[in-house]
Amino acid sequence: MSGRPEHQAPPEIFYGEDEARKYSRNTRMMEIQLVMSERAVELLCLPENQPCHIIDLGCGSGLSGETLTEQGHTWTGVDISSAMLGVAKEREVEGDLLLGDLGQGLPFRAGAFDGAISISALQWLCNADQRSHNPAKRLYTFFSSLYSCLSRGSRAVFQFYPENSSQVELITSQAMKAGFTGGLVVDYPNSTKAKKFFLCLMTGGQQPLPAALGVDSRENAPNHVAFSQKRDRVKQLRSGKAPKKSRDWILEKKKNVEDDKERKREKTLNLLVESDHPMYGKVSNLF
Amino acid sequence: MKLLTHNLLTSKCLKGVTVGYPLAIVAKEVKVNEIDFNPEFISRMIQKVDWAALCKAAENLGHSDELPPNVVDDYENNEEFLKKAHHFLMEIEVMNGDLICPETGRKFPVTDGIPNMLANEDEV
Repeated sequence: MSGRPEHQAPPEIFYGEDEARKYSRNTRMMEIQLVMSERAVELLCLPENQPCHIIDLGCGSGLSGETLTEQGHTWTGVDISSAMLGVAKEREVEGDLLLGDLGQGLPFRAGAFDGAISISALQWLCNADQRSHNPAKRLYTFFSSLYSCLSRGSRAVFQFYPENSSQVELITSQAMKAGFTGGLVVDYPNSTKAKKFFLCLMTGGQQPLPAALGVDSRENAPNHVAFSQKRDRVKQLRSGKAPKKSRDWILEKKKNVEDDKERKREKTLNLLVESDHPMYGKVSNLF
Repeated sequence: MKLLTHNLLTSKCLKGVTVGYPLAIVAKEVKVNEIDFNPEFISRMIQKVDWAALCKAAENLGHSDELPPNVVDDYENNEEFLKKAHHFLMEIEVMNGDLICPETGRKFPVTDGIPNMLANEDEV
């Protein structure tokens, strides 16, 4: 049997009471989760000093959520394992919890969240645990519902363990189909141990508004820019040449090109006439 | 489950449901948790919250008279209003009960404060 947990049982079974316990007792496991969560939040590129509303997909026992709480954000977690959510409740995490299957789509209103993080959950969606499951379709349902419940301009960052490159292809193609842009960020690609995959998805849309003029202390700064192209034209006129892109300028350029061609032709003829090439010999007799 | 989460929750992942909002609350147990007041976050969330749905949820829980029926103008600087919104959005938690889809009548049970939004295979 493969060592990958998603090959052993569906997530709601695999993360039963025993496995869930590990996530509140095993300090090494918790530390790895913490480091990955911090990196995922960093990749979210949230606006500085602004408390945001984040969704944690596959939140499990709420380890990743604690990183969000520490940074002053409010979060909601979704997970399919009630045992894991039970551990989260026991640990008294700040976020609100929800039992749900990501593959069935997220049950939230449009624009509800300012960002999404997910630690080690995405690979579970690539498995068909029931006869009715179609991984590509479930991924598409998940991504399109996620796209709608994120506010424009926000991001979703997924740390995950892809099994092979075709799995990455399956996931990214469904995410792009749902409207996301972005791609894969691989941390420490040359290390087998430290190598980590982060799928960073962006919703595009509105960029931060540029600051208005005359709001802060730079009140006295000029609020317009001189029309500089005009000056350039005047300068060109002074130099005696026609202004760029004008009719005269084009005609002059055409004439120059014609002159140039004429000169080259004469030169070639001269060359042929005077040529003393060993292979062609004297070619003057050709004319 | 906080009322903030309830305010954003729909049942549109069920087959045949178009809006699925707002979900009715039938609460068996409600708890009030004290949570740090963050005026900046609350005023950001007020833009996203469906105020009418929040009022209805408050009414379902028997707090109808405490919440103003509309969002007041200039709420960002109205601390009293923000504190009230904070109390309803963040501090009141439904611990046990049911959420009911307005279109199909499907019940989503809430146990230990965790709503169960899992649908059966034939429902999606």
